[in-house]
Amino acid sequence: MAVQSDGWSWFLPLAAGVSLFKCLFINAYRSTDFEVHRNWLAITHSLPVSSWYHENTSEWTLDYPPLFAWFEFGLSKVAQHFDKNMLLVENLNYASPETVMFQRLSVIFTDLVFIFAVRECSRCVQVQKVSRDILDQPSFVLSVLLLWNFGLFVVDHIHFQYNGFLFGFLLLSVAKHLQSEHLQGALLFSILLNLKHIYLYVAPAYGVYLLRDYCFTRDVKDGSIGWRSFSLLRLLVLGGIVVSVFTLSVGPFLVMGQLPQVLSRLFPFKRGLCHAYWAPNIWALYNILDKVLVVLGVRLKLLQEAELPRASMTGGLVQEFQHSVLPSISPATTLFCTLLSILPAVVSIWRRPRGARGFLRCLLLCALGSFMFGWHVHEKAVLLVILPLSILAVESREDAGIFLLLSTTGHYSLFPLLHTPAELLIKVCLMLMFTTFSFTALRRLHRGKGSLLRPLEVFYLLGLVAVAIACEVVFPLSPWKHRLPFLPLLVTSVYCSVGVCYSFLRLYLSLWRSDCKAKQP
Amino acid sequence: MTYTGNANWFQNSLTEHFLAFVFSQKGYFFLTRVMQTWSLVSICVLLGVVVRWGVSLNSYSGAQKPPMFGDYEAQRHWQEVTYNLPVQEWYFNNTDNDLNYWGLDYPPLTAYHSWICAYIAKIINPEWVELHRSRGYESPAHKLFMRTTVLVADVLIYIPAVVLYCLYLADGSSKKKVSTLFCFLLYPGLILIDHGHFQYNGVSLGFALWGVLALGLGWDALGSMAFSLALNYKQMELYHALPFFCYLLGKCVKDGLMGRGLFLLVRIAATVLATFALCWLPFLSDPSQALQVVRRIFPVGRGLFEDKVANTWCSLNTLIKIRSILSGDFQLYLSFALTILAVLPSSIRLLTKPTFWNFKLALVNSSLAFFLFSYQVHEKSILLVALPICLLLNDLPFTSAWFLQASTFSMLPLFLKDGLLVPYAVTSAAFLLLSICLLSVLDHCSEEEMELCTYKKLLFCHPKMDLACIVRWKFYISIAAMAGLSILSVALEPPRHLPDLFPVLVSTIAFLHFLGTFIHFNILQFSKLPSRKRQKKNN
Repeated sequence: MAVQSDGWSWFLPLAAGVSLFKCLFINAYRSTDFEVHRNWLAITHSLPVSSWYHENTSEWTLDYPPLFAWFEFGLSKVAQHFDKNMLLVENLNYASPETVMFQRLSVIFTDLVFIFAVRECSRCVQVQKVSRDILDQPSFVLSVLLLWNFGLFVVDHIHFQYNGFLFGFLLLSVAKHLQSEHLQGALLFSILLNLKHIYLYVAPAYGVYLLRDYCFTRDVKDGSIGWRSFSLLRLLVLGGIVVSVFTLSVGPFLVMGQLPQVLSRLFPFKRGLCHAYWAPNIWALYNILDKVLVVLGVRLKLLQEAELPRASMTGGLVQEFQHSVLPSISPATTLFCTLLSILPAVVSIWRRPRGARGFLRCLLLCALGSFMFGWHVHEKAVLLVILPLSILAVESREDAGIFLLLSTTGHYSLFPLLHTPAELLIKVCLMLMFTTFSFTALRRLHRGKGSLLRPLEVFYLLGLVAVAIACEVVFPLSPWKHRLPFLPLLVTSVYCSVGVCYSFLRLYLSLWRSDCKAKQP
Repeated sequence: MTYTGNANWFQNSLTEHFLAFVFSQKGYFFLTRVMQTWSLVSICVLLGVVVRWGVSLNSYSGAQKPPMFGDYEAQRHWQEVTYNLPVQEWYFNNTDNDLNYWGLDYPPLTAYHSWICAYIAKIINPEWVELHRSRGYESPAHKLFMRTTVLVADVLIYIPAVVLYCLYLADGSSKKKVSTLFCFLLYPGLILIDHGHFQYNGVSLGFALWGVLALGLGWDALGSMAFSLALNYKQMELYHALPFFCYLLGKCVKDGLMGRGLFLLVRIAATVLATFALCWLPFLSDPSQALQVVRRIFPVGRGLFEDKVANTWCSLNTLIKIRSILSGDFQLYLSFALTILAVLPSSIRLLTKPTFWNFKLALVNSSLAFFLFSYQVHEKSILLVALPICLLLNDLPFTSAWFLQASTFSMLPLFLKDGLLVPYAVTSAAFLLLSICLLSVLDHCSEEEMELCTYKKLLFCHPKMDLACIVRWKFYISIAAMAGLSILSVALEPPRHLPDLFPVLVSTIAFLHFLGTFIHFNILQFSKLPSRKRQKKNN
């Protein structure tokens, strides 16, 4: 077999094992996202294209871009062989065993894209020395880090979403860039954008990188941009690819004059600054600061309690709220902050492109920047950083440290997604498994040069254990359970946001350091 | 120098040496290697736990099937009985304890276990163990509780024994040990029965494993105590009793029955008696009590076999209707005689050559003999054979993995009845994958490694005939047959006049595997050509 001869014999069994493992959780807890996707199956199957974005029988209206709707349309063609009743729009909350089986299997099967992408990424990893031991091979470690990723597993196969399929496109496009197949990478990314628009977050990195590294063919000797080497042809080809994908996807709706309707579904700015459970970002810290100031103000009699706007920010139901002491944040502010936070990264790769790896770092900074400052960010969005960061983590020591910190914090912040008692054990065990593996494997890969994490960081991560025990075990047994039901969520998101913010800074620091290094030849 | 000073000096120098060792290059590598092994072990254990929990999310035996329900209700009922009734009434039929409705028929340790679980259940929700009124109680919360009790028992007793066995008694590199551990923990049969169907086999098997572990490490008294606990949890552990007995006795004889051997024998006997006495303490006051327990534990009136079991009697039944030809008592004597006859060779061999290797083989042979020939065998009893086979995963990966696959397959009708099709398919496929990749079973089937040389002598084969190749093809065909039959029995309706067609086919195929394994392991035990590796170990 050709596969075995080049030392890749472990990949297929690994992927098969992961897929089998996913099948074990078909009967596990599933969130409302399960019903969301069932509803979309029904809409795309039984309604004409023109009413896809108008249909609102269910509260879970179609709010993904058109290509994803077509993807659901394709799935529905298979779904009708399992159970026809799940394809009726008015069959709300329908979940027969066949429906569950089909939906779960559809996630597992579409993960094949992800598996393929992981393989492509692992091929691009630079190998310093060839080793016989499998744990010493960066490609093996990377494959495990991606395939067994705790966050992806929990969000896709228990909570229920199709992120594996989508991240497959992202990683594949990153791998294509690493292999210098820029056009394929651009094509994959524009398809991805039309599958789920959350990936707009990383679009600036793509835009600048392709323009700078692909459209300009040569640099001047000192590394600055060579304006004369601009290739119009390349720009046109690139533009052609992007425009044609968008035409295919949005075109029909443009013709039908439904573009505003589609856009209003895709970008619902009526939601609040934070999700019901605060994603661990800067706004979580901002909110808690506001709360603390209110409490302090009332204690010191600087504020009148009656005058304060009543809004329980962690109440889950109230989506829009005002801050009491600090100024309230508008969408425009978050947009400005986000742009400001990603600006240095984008400028850096424009001024001094460092190949595909520099681009990957910029992509990470864009993703993390928008996670930190974005409007109504979901905690799941942290996967957008953790997954691509795995690639850098197996190659460089500095990034390995950031990865350990960010993945542990980010993954822990996903714990509230699974709140049923039966799933407690699953999330704890899987998290421990992934963390143990990533620590062991990365330390082994980068061994011999001291510890990957600083003492304070280790201390912070150990604190997570304390938070976990307090929130998952002690709190449910304590009398505060009924008085302050959202306290664990608040503690989790605030504690995790410290780690995420710190990782953001450290990631920027590593960019700045490599900038300095590049300046001194 | 005073004595304390001396001690201090000694301590200091020890610490110094230790620190020097740790900070030296060699020590650093040693420590990291140990840490790596342990982190791999913990990953294996965590995965084992998650897989068990994943299986337990599925249905259990007798879910929503009144009036009798299934083993899940049996266990819950025992909690109810043991919690509400005094010890003296546990095994007796009376108005509060209807023995026809899942009466206790396991030894006292099971009853105590139920009693402890019942106490916890009472704290969480008293309805779960209310006398009479809780019959057939089912709810998601209760399922969660029951599943947790099984998992806790597994984590406390079975898994640590497996980990220690693989780390200390399996030989090879640390990677090989971890691979063995991985496969051992993920053996599908036990997971599906305990966490799917619902039973507590992990406890009795775990105790037996602790016994094996202690004997392997040379702690004979502790081992016999652990095994007595296993016997007192489930009487089916008798399948393993003869090898334990013969191994210990053989060891004593070897040490000289007049000297150290006698001392050892007395110590072991005292330990066993004390353990038994402790377990049976509440029932010893009145002989009728103890007799009733024994009567409950060994129900001779239930017939030669029930359902479709992959043993001799049930397979023979497809050809000759034994149960109608022979009288009940004669069936009992016949099966007893045949069982003894089948166990005897391996036991005598063990008695004369009490090595650990022989002990492991004898465990397989004895339990298989019991499974194939004894009276009132359940299909789940194959787990008692699977445990000693798991012990051989490291030495004979090919044969063991093959047998384990067949043993899981033999319980297919049960899994289908319980609605465990998906976990069955997933865990079996995963186990096949694991055994091929991690244990690389297909690379380990050369003639020498499978100890096939004896066959050549026995059968006067042509020396050029490649037995290994034949065996490998048999393996492929058997796996294909098992997979095919699994698919067929799910996909097809059996013909109307043969409603039991698929279960009978399953049990017959499994029986052929078991019989083959039985013969193979008996020959192995008597083959005089231990490979070099084994010779080294025996020394």
